[in-house]
Amino acid sequence: MNEPLSHGVFYVIAAMAAVTAFTRVTGFWMMGRVTLTPRVMRMLDALPGSVVAALILPVILKEGISAAVAMAAVALLMIWRRNEFLALACGIAVVVGMRANGW
Amino acid sequence: MTSMQPVAGDGGPPPSWSLDGVRAGVISIAPALPGVALFGVAFGALAAERGLTTIEAVLMSGIVFAGVAQIAAMELWSPQITLALVLTIAFTALVINLRMLLMSASMHPWLAGAPPLQVYPGLYILTDSNWVATLRYRREGGADAGFLFGGGLIIWLTFVPATAIGQIFGSLLADPRPYGVDMILPLYFVALLSPMFESTRRSLPWAIAGLVAIAVQYAMPGFWYIIAGTLAGAIAGGLLGHE
Repeated sequence: MNEPLSHGVFYVIAAMAAVTAFTRVTGFWMMGRVTLTPRVMRMLDALPGSVVAALILPVILKEGISAAVAMAAVALLMIWRRNEFLALACGIAVVVGMRANGW
Repeated sequence: MTSMQPVAGDGGPPPSWSLDGVRAGVISIAPALPGVALFGVAFGALAAERGLTTIEAVLMSGIVFAGVAQIAAMELWSPQITLALVLTIAFTALVINLRMLLMSASMHPWLAGAPPLQVYPGLYILTDSNWVATLRYRREGGADAGFLFGGGLIIWLTFVPATAIGQIFGSLLADPRPYGVDMILPLYFVALLSPMFESTRRSLPWAIAGLVAIAVQYAMPGFWYIIAGTLAGAIAGGLLGHE
């Protein structure tokens, strides 16, 4: 377990590639073999927001008020104008402006 | 006149595949690409600092292609690679990427009937950004499986060269934080998601996911918070039910 491996980097890359490919492909493959109840469909429906919330809420907490204001600006612009470029540009402008002023 | 149009498992139009779909997928991801590039550069720079060569770093980005897991691997890195370290890094990558198991599953109702060659290459390069973009495309009536592949492809074509640039020039890069580039991907997720916000009831599972993620992040070291939050949100969505 604890002797150094020769070409260890390549073992790490191969192991990471294997588990990552497993997660990307297995979900789809498995779904062909289980029955989809309405409850499972509702779980899948709640998934996109859940993944994103689990990834970004900890970011807001770490980055503080500038991240929260920028995210709110992006969300409001998207609901209002439905333009990703515009919303992102304004969100980044908020972050840059607030950080420059020490927020 | 056809009285019955064929439908896929999710009630939408059945899957197709075309280069136009690939192109639409590429375009949908364009706003996120500066963020993807920064992520690649950041990983490359970190890899150089940990002693990986350019080839090793590029190989990892090209084959593993999972930014968060790769950065975590660099944090666990040691110059002496033992079997124990290989297993630790692989296990961490598994935990971080378990969310993709669920993301991949969510593609099934739409793509189950498509030929495997139109589905699996797209799944192999699935990422958070192009998955959310693809879900939205589907929700708005899209049926072209090329969309999933195109989004992943352009992210791969950005992330891998960016890794090389970061590995080679990483130490020369100034702190990108004042320019806000580190916030591009989180903000892109918000942009993709906000039009899906339809009702408080619908978004309650999202709030639960976020709160559980924050709580777990404080309670446990490592990256369990990602999968814990995701699962909590999905389970809450299944239990709450909106008929």
